[in-house]
Amino acid sequence: MVLHSLTLPADPLWIELSAIVLPTYLANTVLLVVGVGLSALVLGVTTAWLVTMCHLPGRRVLDWLLVLPLAFPTYLLAYASTDLFEYAGPVQSTLRRWFGAAAPGIEFRSLPGAIAVLTIALYPYVYLFARAGFLRGSATLLQVSRALGCGPWRSFFTVALPLARPAIVAGLALVLMETLAEFGAVQYFAVDTFTTGIYLTWFALGSPAGAMQLAAFLLAGVGGLLALERVARGGGRVADAGGGPLPRYPLGRLATAGALTICLLPVVLGFILPLGVFGRLAVEAGDARLGVDYLPLLRNSVVLGATAAGLIVLAAIALGYAMRIAKSRFVAALVRFSALGYAVPGSVLSVGVLAVIGAFDRGANALGLAAGLVAGGSIGALLYAYGVRFLAIALNAVESGLATVRPEFDAAARTLGIGPLRQMARIHLPLLRASLLTGALLVFVDVLKELPATLIVRPFNFDTLAVRAYQLASDERLSEAATPALTIVAAGLVPVIMTSLALGGRRR
Amino acid sequence: MALIRLALVAVLLGLLALPQGAAAQQPERVLNLYTGRHYDTDQRLYDLYSAFTGVKIYVIQGDADQLIQRMVSEGRNSPADVLITVDAGRLWRAEQLGLCQPVVSDYLASRIPDHLRHPDGYWYGFTKRARVIVYAKDRVSPSELSTYEDLADPKWRGRLLVRSSSNVYNLSLTGSLIAAHGEPFVEEWARGIARNLARTPQGGDTDQLLAVAAGQGDVAISNTYYVARLLASSNPEDRAVAEKLGVFFPNQNDRGTHVNISGGCVASNAPHRAEAIEFLEFLASDGAQAIFALGNHEYPVVAGQALSPIIEQWGPFREDTISAAVFGANNPRALLLMNRAGWR
Repeated sequence: MVLHSLTLPADPLWIELSAIVLPTYLANTVLLVVGVGLSALVLGVTTAWLVTMCHLPGRRVLDWLLVLPLAFPTYLLAYASTDLFEYAGPVQSTLRRWFGAAAPGIEFRSLPGAIAVLTIALYPYVYLFARAGFLRGSATLLQVSRALGCGPWRSFFTVALPLARPAIVAGLALVLMETLAEFGAVQYFAVDTFTTGIYLTWFALGSPAGAMQLAAFLLAGVGGLLALERVARGGGRVADAGGGPLPRYPLGRLATAGALTICLLPVVLGFILPLGVFGRLAVEAGDARLGVDYLPLLRNSVVLGATAAGLIVLAAIALGYAMRIAKSRFVAALVRFSALGYAVPGSVLSVGVLAVIGAFDRGANALGLAAGLVAGGSIGALLYAYGVRFLAIALNAVESGLATVRPEFDAAARTLGIGPLRQMARIHLPLLRASLLTGALLVFVDVLKELPATLIVRPFNFDTLAVRAYQLASDERLSEAATPALTIVAAGLVPVIMTSLALGGRRR
Repeated sequence: MALIRLALVAVLLGLLALPQGAAAQQPERVLNLYTGRHYDTDQRLYDLYSAFTGVKIYVIQGDADQLIQRMVSEGRNSPADVLITVDAGRLWRAEQLGLCQPVVSDYLASRIPDHLRHPDGYWYGFTKRARVIVYAKDRVSPSELSTYEDLADPKWRGRLLVRSSSNVYNLSLTGSLIAAHGEPFVEEWARGIARNLARTPQGGDTDQLLAVAAGQGDVAISNTYYVARLLASSNPEDRAVAEKLGVFFPNQNDRGTHVNISGGCVASNAPHRAEAIEFLEFLASDGAQAIFALGNHEYPVVAGQALSPIIEQWGPFREDTISAAVFGANNPRALLLMNRAGWR
């Protein structure tokens, strides 16, 4: 669909609009992506390293606390933080009361504000992947490096970081793609990006062709970036050399305090503060429909999330294997292309999905297989949309996991006459457990929070928690939106904590 | 392998547990509604209609632009009977895309004034929303206010608050100005608006109201029902904000205050056409008009209907009677013009 658009003639209105706004939008996009990418990278890797490799008090709790900001949909984090920090909010109002005119008038809804909030919302991707990378990273190699006299810093940069690189890059790629596709939160910060351009072109200007052309351009950019990273990584493979339990670094008192601050800061900003904001709002003026009405919402959200997580992880395993077994660049390119949906703004993507489903139904009608709508407006259509949107998450998890499974294992298994399927079941899946669980968790939580596709592809009379939150928030009734927001967080928390315990338990 | 089994079980359970959404195949009388309105009070409308007619309503609520795209993709298979939007621009687009069919109804024609419905009956407006100037009572006297045009005057430099130009309410307001003055004048006006802004346009209408109350600017452009909602809020903080604000209806001495409509059309492929027309007629009835007015503080389109007490206290006003079809059609030009003028 997106590719097809390139062949369509350009709309004159669109060309005029592009000339006016695109330079600014492009500059904003680059700044936003670079800003969020760098800060999420530093924050995610640092916290993952501190939690996995250092003796920290409360390490086990921190381990899953750090994942919690994921439970909030990004646009709700944006609401909560602007509610606190904008001009009319309590923080700046208090400052004005204390200092009068001397109080600094900070425009929180700005590019720096957007970068800060997106970083807090998205760093857990890097954190999760980096942590899995460090945990898988060879303890033996680290011990050797230590025996050779490497300090913690040198071990980190010369041994651990290169070993975990595929995992970290996989997490970072998700952050970058999500930043590019983000609309609601960025819009809330009054920052216009490439995505805004796509929206304006499509919806305000009524030019789907122009919007698709812009989206194709965006995809090309993302594809280029990812390819570049692969080239830079070169042919080198990193493989798990195994080894015993990791020796953790002891920290001095000052270092402990510093490390704790670094780890707690994103938790406070990304979870505890917004929880406070929404908690207060929900108590003061919550959604009047809370109660029995919420049960179907909760059921729909959770069941959709679990189903999608199962399906998408299975698909990702199949695709990841296709790449490993085929060893063909063409297959690999094809698989990666199929995962680019994550970088496309959700509502543009879901409209594309609708077009595909509409064509499918018309095809089925023409062939006399069925009459009327078959796929359109069904749960299947919704799951398909989630698949297109979130395949990248599961695939990155599977791929980064497979990258650390030594090819020698495959060879050894083949010598023993074990077929590919049994290899997968006996050797790879157990080794991939951490990656698969991480992937499934991320898809589950993402589906729970997902809005644009759910909103537009869903069947009649079918609401989820995210839809309810959107209905209230889009009606500018933020305080009432707090109730479904908190329910989403609660539903997302359970698997976050469970996964974290399941993964952490391995290397205690 | 246990993991895969777990995943498969999750998938199967999921498919069994979810309700299937085949609304169109029910034996009883049904109506499939695509609506861009997102007000809880609308549920009361549906319940009332179902109680009267025995027709069961199936709803998909979402962004009007995307609902329109969904109808386009579904083509002649579309289950949609009625499309409801919150502004005229979207109705105009749906009609242009061939998604609406003309409805001839003496009842609708007698209830709804000419300028609030399509000349050929492709769509009808059911509520009016007035776009007014809201001012800080302690810093601005109503005598300083006059027209939308005047907001571009340098005396408002750094004092004006308004949301982004891409918002449909602003697109339609600017579309109505284009109809009144032509593009060159309106572009100069939009430049003046952009220069006068107290801050980068951000947030919704409510955010502009909060900013006026907090002193970030002195005047804002907003739809009336957002002010009414703050006044009617159960939260004392909201009421305190609203108490600081005054509502001014601009252009009373010339063409009148801009009013947009929330309206609907019967889908061109409506499987339940009779029910769809009946539903539109229901929306123009006294009962439905009262729910619109009292539930969300909108102005009813039918003359002589009760108003919510809050908007009643603002009194009657002269409204711009330019057809919604005209300013709706001006939306794309308005967007370009505002972006050229630097109004974000």
